[in-house]
Amino acid sequence: MQHSQKNVSSASPPMPRSPFQEASGDRRPTGSTPAIELRQVTKRFLTPRGQTYTALRDLSLSVAPGEFCALIGPTGCGKSTTLSLIAGLDSPSAGSVLVMGEEVHGNDPRIGYVFQTDAVFPWKNVLHNVAAGPLFRGVPRREALERARAWIARVGLAGFEDRYPHQLSGGMRKRVALAQTFINEPQILLMDEPFSALDVQTRTLMENELLQLWSALSASVVFVTHDLEEAIALADRVCVLTAGPATIKGIYTIDLPRPRNVAEIRFDPRFVQLYHDIWEDLRDEVMISYERAKHSS
Amino acid sequence: MSEPNTLLERQQSIAHPTAETDSAALAALVRRRRRRRWLINALRLLLLVALIGGWELGARLGLIDSFFWGRPSGIWQQLVTWVVHGTAQGPLWVQIAVTLEEALLGFLIGVVLGISFGVLLGRNAFLAELLGPYIKAANSIPRVTLAPLFAIGLGLGSQSKVALAVVLVFFIVFFNAFQGVREVDRNLLANARILGANRWQLFREVILPSALTWIIASLHTSFSFALVGAVVGEFVGSIEGIGLMIQNAGATFNANGVFAAMLILAAVALLSEIVITALERRLLRWRPSALSEVTL
Repeated sequence: MQHSQKNVSSASPPMPRSPFQEASGDRRPTGSTPAIELRQVTKRFLTPRGQTYTALRDLSLSVAPGEFCALIGPTGCGKSTTLSLIAGLDSPSAGSVLVMGEEVHGNDPRIGYVFQTDAVFPWKNVLHNVAAGPLFRGVPRREALERARAWIARVGLAGFEDRYPHQLSGGMRKRVALAQTFINEPQILLMDEPFSALDVQTRTLMENELLQLWSALSASVVFVTHDLEEAIALADRVCVLTAGPATIKGIYTIDLPRPRNVAEIRFDPRFVQLYHDIWEDLRDEVMISYERAKHSS
Repeated sequence: MSEPNTLLERQQSIAHPTAETDSAALAALVRRRRRRRWLINALRLLLLVALIGGWELGARLGLIDSFFWGRPSGIWQQLVTWVVHGTAQGPLWVQIAVTLEEALLGFLIGVVLGISFGVLLGRNAFLAELLGPYIKAANSIPRVTLAPLFAIGLGLGSQSKVALAVVLVFFIVFFNAFQGVREVDRNLLANARILGANRWQLFREVILPSALTWIIASLHTSFSFALVGAVVGEFVGSIEGIGLMIQNAGATFNANGVFAAMLILAAVALLSEIVITALERRLLRWRPSALSEVTL
């Protein structure tokens, strides 16, 4: 699969960069097999004290091919757990997780994952960090490095190939992480609060770039965040999760037109309306989780 | 100044020098730093001269009994005698070579064994739990006390010294390798797995580089322990080596001889430290340099 798709990135020149413009194209969910499907998923953990902790309870969710779905919920409600189940890093206690109609077993090469914290390899320079995926998957070295260079240019880091992660700013490291994930051309992209550590300006910039990269890739995205503005600005659909154990509280279709400019869409009256509606739902969960945190401490 | 500072913003600011006053200020800064460097070196030299001069003076004035505590000029004479006429056991360089060889061999074997077992147990929770108490018990034994045992079992040749050095080095490297493997960032492991790494790639590209920080830190201490192993082994029973020289000097109330042999050992240890630091620089190039620049 890697080989059949490689031309897309290596042969075609990097897209013209216009950070506030996302390539157009309608990508409403279609009626075919969902890219990701969670059926009545429950996940329990054993705490060190020997008690069980239920992170997810009867969570059902389906993401259409090419859909951008945001999961939002209070801190510690099981959003990340959901992602690790889809990625095959962990398995559900009950229920089933399907990717492209098949049950998840271990790692699926069609999945890409962008982590909340820096997960770039500190001992590899930018070039080898980005080339890591293809190299792991057996792409010949020359070709892997060539593709990595193209992707580095595409995320705006040309000239930084020899730098090590500690020599880069937080935003630049995030670009490396994006290139590292996108170079594998995932059909499913899981993102766990990827921009939460960035300052607000860098964050808006990165959100726009993400939309731009995503529109060229046509992957299904599950984007976990606790920031409602970010969720609405990016997603086709926003799923509100309850305070742990997480289950779906409400699903909202975001009918804002694409291409979107994340920096400006916040002023759109429709955006404000959606924000207001979803916040009504989210607020209760946030309060519950806040009260719990207060009592447990 | 070491490597160029790399944030995009800084590059831009460097690319647009505002005025010539900047370069003048910079020159002043460089001058001040150079002067400080010079002062520190001068004071260091002065301190050394004062220390050795004080010792020598004290010995000559009879404040320090040079029969028991030696004196710098005597130590120097002893060194010259050894270099020119050789030691009681033969030429000086042979003694150095023997001890160095024992230490080096013990060091290498200990490091290889330590890393292998550290990684094995670090990756295998079952084995770690099974062997944990025994390893802790073995580690709590003061291991130099094994020297007589090795001398009995392996004889007066170099094997008994190498064995002692191996035992001393092994545990230091082992615990560091073990800890290093355990401390690998879980996110990095998950990331590598999702990017497509198999078990071997995971080990070579993520676990090993991550543990290397710990392992290399342990090499600094472990080489001095290898030297201790070789020298103590020679104390207990040997036919050549620096340890034997110290043993002989002590037995004949030659305090200067003990100090002179100590100086030779210190020089050997210092040289090895330089080699290991160079190795560290090479292998850990990816680390922020600020950490390695402040050294004592």
